[in-house]
Formats: sequence, C-alpha cells, structure tokens
Amino acid sequence: MSRTAQSFAHGKAFIGFITAGDPSIQQTEEYVFAMAEAGADLIELGIPFSDPIAEGPVIQGANVRALAAGTRLRDVFSLVERIRMRTEVPLALMGYLNPLFHYGYEAFFTQCQKVGVDAVIIADLPYEEKAELSDIASRYGVDVISMVAPTSLERVERIAATATGFIYLVSSLGVTGERRTIDTDLEEIIAKIRGVSDVPIAIGFGVHTPDQARELASKADGVIVGSALVRMIADSQEGSLKHEAQEGAPQQEGALQQEGAQEHEAQELAPRREDALSAGIPRQEAFVRGSASAVRQAIGDYVRTMKAALRDC
Amino acid sequence: MGKGRFGDFGGQYIPEILMSELIGLEEAYEKAKQDKHFQEELKGLLNSYAGRPSRLYYAAKMTQDLGGAKVYLKREDLNHTGSHKINNVLGQCLLAKRRGKTRVIAETGAGQHGVATATAAALMGLECEVFMGREDTIRQALNVYRMELLGARVHAVTSGTQTLKDAVNEAMREWAGCMADTHYVLGSVMGPHPFPIMVRDFQAVISAEAREQILESEGRLPAAVVACVGGGSNAAGMFHHFIADEDVRLIGCEAAGLGLDTEHHAATVAAGRIGVFHGMKSLFCQDADGQIAPVYSISAGLDYPGIGPEHAYLHKTGRASYVPVTDEEAVNAFEYLAQTEGIICAIESAHAVAHVMQLAPRLGCEESVIVCLSGRGDKDVAAIARYQGRKIDE
Repeated sequence: MSRTAQSFAHGKAFIGFITAGDPSIQQTEEYVFAMAEAGADLIELGIPFSDPIAEGPVIQGANVRALAAGTRLRDVFSLVERIRMRTEVPLALMGYLNPLFHYGYEAFFTQCQKVGVDAVIIADLPYEEKAELSDIASRYGVDVISMVAPTSLERVERIAATATGFIYLVSSLGVTGERRTIDTDLEEIIAKIRGVSDVPIAIGFGVHTPDQARELASKADGVIVGSALVRMIADSQEGSLKHEAQEGAPQQEGALQQEGAQEHEAQELAPRREDALSAGIPRQEAFVRGSASAVRQAIGDYVRTMKAALRDC
Repeated sequence: MGKGRFGDFGGQYIPEILMSELIGLEEAYEKAKQDKHFQEELKGLLNSYAGRPSRLYYAAKMTQDLGGAKVYLKREDLNHTGSHKINNVLGQCLLAKRRGKTRVIAETGAGQHGVATATAAALMGLECEVFMGREDTIRQALNVYRMELLGARVHAVTSGTQTLKDAVNEAMREWAGCMADTHYVLGSVMGPHPFPIMVRDFQAVISAEAREQILESEGRLPAAVVACVGGGSNAAGMFHHFIADEDVRLIGCEAAGLGLDTEHHAATVAAGRIGVFHGMKSLFCQDADGQIAPVYSISAGLDYPGIGPEHAYLHKTGRASYVPVTDEEAVNAFEYLAQTEGIICAIESAHAVAHVMQLAPRLGCEESVIVCLSGRGDKDVAAIARYQGRKIDE
C-alpha cells in the first residue's frame, strides 16, 4: 500500500493544507509538525504561484506571503527533506503546473522520490491533460491526484477509473475558501466513482467546521481543509503588521475601524511579546516568534477537534 | 493530450470544475459554425449593427511621406464601439444566448473589450459584469463609465499587478462558481480550448474582407500584413486568411514598453519562454521559477504577459514574425498618423503603425502593406497628453 493510501487506513482521514513558505519555510515546518502531532492523516503543502486561479482570497494571500518571503520550489523540497527526518506523515505537494514545467518534470519527480513526497495535486491539470505528468510520475512512484467536481458529469467514471492515491472531490462550485453551508448533492457523484474505483475519496473546498467534516466524511473517506488553517496564519500576520503600524505612524481613523477584528487579535498576542521582550530578544522578531507559537497551538487544537469529529462518523 | 493544439501550444490547462463547461461550449460552437441561421444572424449583426465590412483605406499621404510600399489601413477603429473587439463579442454573446445563458462576464485591459461586451449584452438582454485591473480603471476611467452607462457592473481587481492578467484571473475565478447561467466572453485568442480557435474564427472576418479588398484595389496580394499583439486577437483575425499565402509576410508588433533592456515591457515573444498559464501552453513573460512576471506597456490593451497559442506556433514555425515596439515609438506613430492622415488610432494599434513606418520605405512602390488599425484612440488622448507632460482633464 502506498503511503498516500495509508492515510485512509485508520478511519476517516483529515487532510490539512498550508502553503509552503507562508510566512516562512521555518514556520511552515513547525506547522506541519503541529498538524502531524495532532493526528492529521495527510498534509498538503502548497507550492506558491503568482497567479493561483482556483484559490479564494485566503489562499491567494498565502501565495503572496510565501513569494514575498522568497520561497522557491527547491526550498519546498528541502523543507520536505527536513520534515521527513522527523515524521512519516503522508505528504502531497499542491500547486499549478507552470512551476513544475520550469523545474522540469523529470527533475521534479526525481526530487519528490528522493525527499519523500507521496503525491501531487495540480489545480490546472484536468483529466484531459493528465498525460502531461502521469507517466513520469508513476516511474517515480508518485501519485498524481485526480480531481472530480460537481460539474464533472459523464466524465466522472473516466476520471475515477484512472485515479490513484485518492480522489479529490470538490464539494461545490467556485474557488477555495470556507463556506457556511455545502449543499451540493454529492451522493450521485460518489456512487459513480464507487462504481468504477475503490480509490478513497476525500472532499475539499469550503470545509471548516467539525459538523461539516462529520457530515461530508460520512459520505466519503475523508475531508480536506485549507483556508481555515491558512486563515490562522494570515490573522497572525495581520496581527503583527497591525502592531507595527500602531507603534509607527498613526493610521487613519477609517482604516483602524475597518480592521477592528485584527486589532483585537494584536492585543491578545501582545503579552507574549512582552514576555519575549523581557528575555532580551529583539522586538520585532520576538513578536513574530510569539505569534508563531500561538498559531502552532491553534493549528494543533483545530486538527485535534476535527479529528475528534471524524471519529464519530 | 487535450484538444485545441497548435503544435506544442494550446490545450486545456484549467481546473476540473470548468472542464464540462468548456466541452459544452466547444460542442455548441462547432454546431453554430455549421448552422446557417447562426451564421446569418451573426453576419446581420456585424453588418447592420457593427458597421461591417470595415474600410480598407489607402493612406496616400502617409505612403507619399514614407516613400515606398503603399500603406493600407484596415479600419477596425470605425466599427461600432471603436475597435475589432465587437466582432468576437457579437459571436460569443449570440452563442451564449443560444446556450440559454442569461449573464456574461468579461475581463478587460484598455476597456475596449469590456465596452464591446457591455454593448452586446445590452443589445441582447444579457446581464453583464466586467473585471478590470484597478490600475487600468484609473488609466481608462472614461471606459469604466462607458460600461456602466451600458448597464454593466465593473469590478476593480485589486489582486496581483492589478492589470489585465489579474482581471483574467478574477474572471476565471468568478466563472468557476457560476457557469450554469453565465458565459465568460474571453476577449482574445488565448485561454483554454476552444477560445483560441473560436475567437480567431470570429475575428477572421478582418482578413476575409481585407484579402478581397486588396485584390480589388491592387490586383495582387500585399507584401506584408501588420498588427499589434497583446493576447493577439486582432492579429489572429488579420493574419488568418493570409496564412496560406506564403509570400505575404505576417508581422505582429508587441509592446516593448520602456525597452527590452529594462524590466518594463510586455514583449512575450522576444523575451518570454514557453510555459503553462491561463489555460494554455504558450509563451509567457516569467521568471526562472515559472512565476508570471509583472509586465508593462503604455497601452493597457497590450499589457499582458502571454500570447495566444496560435501566435506561439506561427512564431515557432517561422510563418509569422513578431517585433518589439517601444512606448516612445508607439507614441510617435500615434501622433504621426493623427497629423498625416487625420486619424487618431488606439495606442495599441499605434504599435503596428510604428513598424509600418520603418517597413514601408524598405519596400518597392509597386508593393503594398496592410496595417490593422484595431481601435480608435479617443480613450488614449488624455494618457498621451500626460505622457507628453500636458495635464488635461478627461
């Protein structure tokens, strides 16, 4: 059994997504461990891209931050290499085709095999273009995950029949991002998939509450959560930016009012910064570190809550 | 391998969520192509509403001044809404209606395609929303108001570089959530199949007319046809019926902005490399890691980091050549055409005029060249004034 398939061997799977390098490669490493320790069954690492057309604003923001931090594909591979020294959690890289194209497909999958990437998910590579990667990927033992959408219609069986690892079932129309409700009728699609394939099905796009996870996982083999995790990172970043702004030049009143939510967050994080200050650590760095540990904690707690919800179904 | 290939280029590199819609669009388009009623209805609109056929105007004064080949201007600027964009938009909106769509969305750079889409939507009773980079809403404020007058909603896109590429991103994101009742009227010969072929076919009316017109007035084919290239739709339309005429040189003029030796240009063929973006494999301005590069041109309509896959193919096979034209050269040509022929053309089209100013004198006076005046320049007057250091209110 491939490591990707093992993700589904212990009940309903929780799959967490964060973007590599958001806000830094070091912090991504910590957040991956936090997820793995909390029981995530598979972790997706986003390869940052300048124009992520399938993402909503939250994950777009993660791409912007990761690129601003200078994250390159080779950094993502060395990140995986370090992660692999401490955990065997199944790992998938998720992104857009162009960065792989430029790295070279052969070189890309050679590296995947070498550092221990189990699967890739490419948002702009539908079934019709999958041949671009599938032969090379299978030579290096890496699964190219097939995506199925509510709009896939009569193509569902064709897609499912060639799927390996797991099938990424898109819950609803639109781009990534938390949704209050997911009311797509997925049963028919799932039945079609089951008719031709026993590859596990994980549902993603919009999932963020334990109730949603329970409800969706009862129909499939697992759920994928991205934006809810990335938002925790995003909020900490805005919190720290906010804090800097408060210390610096006074902001316009309108802007302050608009960002009321973040202001609250900045205040919450402030005591940690004070602790670090008294330990003699430089100010800005101390604040970021404080916020990183808060995020790590929040990510761990969130994954544990979601895992608990999945145990019930 | 997916459909819609031009050699290595083209394809359908798009999220799964949109695939069925693209397949449905392709089927509907193939059917419409064979359908006499559709073709008649489209032709009727092109002629009676858009004002086709457009004139092939012999620019005698310019010819005399340049001293060389006869210069002909294909006057797409005289179409309704002021550019070639209406050709494609009427076709796509008609098709959208046939498919039962009630709403259209579009991206726009300079605003020409947005205005054309808003116009066709008003005419055909479709709801219309246009995505435009925030930067471009400032550069082309008048066109924003024009679209609103026509009943469209304009969204200022604030992500990324806030220009045409980001407007396309946002339109694709929007489409992924609403394809059931909404057609995405892509404005150029780019994106996933079937757009590059469909848009080219709708624009091919330009060269169908021009070929006939030049044979009538000159009795022979031109030495060259010249058009500006952003995504490449007016060029694709201008080239199409001349591709089989191997002696006719096809020349695309891309935006070299402040110069190819700077980072501020949008010269995809000269400085770009093969990659995969916006649904197609083609040439793109990008960095070594495959991150799409911010591009620049004085012309919002050419300010795009890619080029349609058929152009990439025509370049690779050598059938067409692509030359870079700087802001400065384009502005000079803009002023030259105004003062020589009394025609204020779009700053996009001025890139093609600039090249013809160099090309015509090198050719014999028994030969001719056709330059596609893809649009009129009213929208650019204020920006050119600013470029020349004159402050005027729009």
